[in-house]
Amino acid sequence: MESFVHVVIILMLVTTAIAIVRVKDLFAVTMLAGIYGLLSASFFVLMDAHDVAFTEAAVGAGISTLLVLTTLSMTGRFEKASVKPQADYRPVLALVLVTVTGALLIYGTQDMPGFGTADAPVQTHVVPRYLNDSATEIGIPNVVASILASYRGYDTFGEVVVIFTAGIGVLAMVMSNATKMPVVQTALMSDHVVLRIVSKMLIPLIMLFALYVQFHGEYGPGGGFQAGVIFASAFILYAMLFGLTAARNVVNHTLVQLLSALGVLLYGSVGVVAMINGGNFLDYNFLSDDPVAGQMLGILLVELGVGITVASVMIIIFFTFTARSQKEGEAD
Amino acid sequence: MIVHLSVLQVIIPLIAAPICLLLRKSELAWAFATLVAFMTLAVSVALLSQVMQSGPVSYELGGWEAPWGIEYRVDMLNAPLLVLISAISALALLASRTSIENEIPENRHTFFYIAWLLCMAGLLGITATGDAFNVFVFLEISSLATYTLIALGKDRRALWASFQYLVAGTIGATFILIGIGLMYVMTGTLNMADLAQRLPDVENTKTVFTAFAFLIVGVCMKLALFPLHLWLPNAYTFAPSIVTTFLAATATKVAVYVMIRFIFDVFGFEFSFTHFPLQEVLLTLGIAGIFVASVVAIYQDNLKRMLAYSSVAQVGYIMLGISFASQTGIMATLLHMLNHGLMKGALFLALAAVVYRMGIAQLSQMHGIASRMPLTMAAFLIGGLSLIGVPLTVGFISKWYLVSAALENGWWPVAAAILLGSLLSVVYIWRVIEVAYFKPVSESTPDVKEAPAALLIPMWILVLANLYFGIETSLTVGVSQMAAADLFGGLR
Repeated sequence: MESFVHVVIILMLVTTAIAIVRVKDLFAVTMLAGIYGLLSASFFVLMDAHDVAFTEAAVGAGISTLLVLTTLSMTGRFEKASVKPQADYRPVLALVLVTVTGALLIYGTQDMPGFGTADAPVQTHVVPRYLNDSATEIGIPNVVASILASYRGYDTFGEVVVIFTAGIGVLAMVMSNATKMPVVQTALMSDHVVLRIVSKMLIPLIMLFALYVQFHGEYGPGGGFQAGVIFASAFILYAMLFGLTAARNVVNHTLVQLLSALGVLLYGSVGVVAMINGGNFLDYNFLSDDPVAGQMLGILLVELGVGITVASVMIIIFFTFTARSQKEGEAD
Repeated sequence: MIVHLSVLQVIIPLIAAPICLLLRKSELAWAFATLVAFMTLAVSVALLSQVMQSGPVSYELGGWEAPWGIEYRVDMLNAPLLVLISAISALALLASRTSIENEIPENRHTFFYIAWLLCMAGLLGITATGDAFNVFVFLEISSLATYTLIALGKDRRALWASFQYLVAGTIGATFILIGIGLMYVMTGTLNMADLAQRLPDVENTKTVFTAFAFLIVGVCMKLALFPLHLWLPNAYTFAPSIVTTFLAATATKVAVYVMIRFIFDVFGFEFSFTHFPLQEVLLTLGIAGIFVASVVAIYQDNLKRMLAYSSVAQVGYIMLGISFASQTGIMATLLHMLNHGLMKGALFLALAAVVYRMGIAQLSQMHGIASRMPLTMAAFLIGGLSLIGVPLTVGFISKWYLVSAALENGWWPVAAAILLGSLLSVVYIWRVIEVAYFKPVSESTPDVKEAPAALLIPMWILVLANLYFGIETSLTVGVSQMAAADLFGGLR
C-alpha cells in the first residue's frame, strides 16, 4: 500500500514539473511550484523525514510562493515570448545534456543500498552514536535537532549566514535606492473585507504557532528555520492586507535589518562565549557547569538566532520588493 | 588562542559581516572591513608558520570529534591558499574605497563591504574545512556573496552577467551536492579523512563512480574549465573592477583546491586516474582551453574581458599540471595557483586604476596612456611579463616547473603547447604595451592623471610580490613541494 502511495505521489510530482515547464502563465507556474513543494513535503513525511517535510512545507510551499508572487507584482504575469528565437537558442543541446545527467543519476542509483535497509552504511557508521548517546550527551529527545544544532551546529551557523547573505544581496541590489522614498498607503488586497477580518483573527494564532514551533524544536519537528518562516508569513499576510505603511509602523525597515544581523551575531556569540570559557567554537558544554544544561542552553540560543535572522530576512525581502513596486507605480 | 587559529581564520570575517550592518556608515564599514581583513591575514600567516613547524592542524568544531562533528583541517595544501585569499582580500579592500567611488552608488557601499566579507569568509571556509558537506555550506555563502558583488557593477549588463553566473554556479553547486550525497549514501560519513578510508571498500560501485563524475563536473563549472567557462568573461568584465581583482585572484583557485583535495585525498590517486579517464579529459580540455581562450583574448578591446579570457587560459595550465599525474606536475599546479593569484591581482588592480581615472578599460581609448599614468602602466607591464613567464617573475617559475613536469612524463608535444600558449600571451600583452607606450597620445585619449595612492600602493605591493617570489622562490616552491609530497605520500 505504501509503495502505491509513493508511486502516486512521484507521478504527481512529475506531472507538476512538466506542467511548470509548459505553462506560460507565471501566476499558474507559481501556484504549481507551491503544489510541487507540498507534494515533496508529503513525500518526505512518507519517508519518515518529518523535520525536512516541515521545512519544505513552510519554505517550498509557503514563503517562496509568497515571495515569487510579490516579484510577479513587479514583473507582470505573463512570460514575454520572444518574437524570434535567439541565435544561440539550442533546445536540442539542452535536452541532450539533461538526458545524460538524468541517465547518469539513474545509473548511480543501481548500486545504492535499498531504502531503509538496516545494514546500509548510513545506518551503521555515525548514526548509532547520534541515536544512542544524544539523549545523555545533549539531553533533548529530538535527535534531528541535536545533530543540526550541536553535532553539526557549525553547518547550521553557515546556513544562517547563507540566509543573511541572501538578505544582503536583495538589499544591495534592490533596496538602496528605495530607502528614503515615501511609501504609498494602499494595500495589495485592501478591498477584501472577508479576508481582512479572517486574517485579523488568524494572524495572532499564526504567530503563536510560530513561537510554538520555535521553542518546541527540541521535542518534535520544528526549530528556528520553520518558525522564522512562519512568523514572517504572518507578517507578510498583514502587510498584504493592511498595507506596507501599517506593517512598517509595527516594525520599521532599519529595525528588521538590525534584527537580521543580530540573529547571526547571537549564534556566533554563543560560539565565541564557549571559546572564552575554554572550549572549542560552538562547544555548548562550556556554557554551563553542567554539560547537558550547557547543551540545552546553547541549542535554545542558537535556534533563537536562526529564527530571528530567518524571519527578518524574509520580511526584508518582502519589504524591499513591495516598496520598489509601489515606487514605480505599477503595483496594487 | 593558538589552538583556535584555524577557526578564527573563518569566523572573524564571518562575524564581522553582520557587525558591519550595525555600523551602517560606509566609511566606518570600510575601515572595519579592512581592519578585519588584515587581522585575518595575520591569522593565516600565523597558521601557515604553525603548519610548517608542527604539521597539519585539526580542530573539532563544537568539541565533537570527527566523523560525528565537523573538523577543520589545515595542512601544507590549504595553508598557503588561506594566506593568498586573505592577503589579496586585505590589499584589495585597502584600494576598494577609492575604486568603488565612481563605480557603485554611495548608498550601496555598506552592503558592498558586507558582501565582500561574506565572500571572503566563504572562500576561507571552503579552504579550511575537512568536512565534505561543510564545503558545500561555505560554497553557498561565497557564491551568493559573489553574485551580489558582481551585480553591483555600474553597467546594467552586470545584472545579466551575475544572473548567468548564478545559473551556472547553482548547477555546479547542485552537482557537487549530488556527489557528496551519493558518497554519504555509500559510506555513511561526511568527513574527508573518514571518506578516504571508507571509499576504497565500495569504489567499484556505480554509485561512487557517479558521485565522482558529478563532483568533478560541478567543481569544473566553478573553476571555469573550458568549455564550462562561459559565465566567467561577462562576470569579470561587468563586475566592479576591484571585485574582479579579488575574484580573479582567489575564487577559481579555491575551486581548483577543492578539486585537488577530492581527487588526491578523498577518492585517492589510484581511483581518480584508473577508474576514470581523468588524465585524458583534463589534458584535452586544458590544452584546448589554453589555445581557444588565448586566441580569443587577442581580439578583445575591453582589457577586463581580455584578462578574463586569459584567466580561462591559465586555468588550462593549472589543469595540465593535474593531468600529468606526477608529483612534479601537481607541484607546478599548486605553485601556479599561488603565482597566478599574484599576477592577476596586480594586473586587475592596474586596470581598476585605469577604470578609476578613465571610466572604461577600452584599449582603443588608451593611446599613449603610459605617459599619463606611468606608474599604473608600469605595474601592468610587469604583471604582463609575469603572465607571459619572463625570468625574474613568478610566472617564469611556475611555467618552468610545468614544462619540466611535462618533460618528465616524456610529453614533448605538451611542453611545446605550453610554450606556444605563452607566445599567445606575449601577443595579447604586447598589444596593450604597444598602444600604451609607443602610440602617441591622440585626441581620443582622455586627459587623466596618475591613479591615487590608495590604488597605487596595493598595486605595487602585488607587483613587488611578483618580482620577489620570482627571485626568492624558497617559500612558494618549498610549500608547494611539501604539499605535493603529502598528496603523493597519502597514496594508497
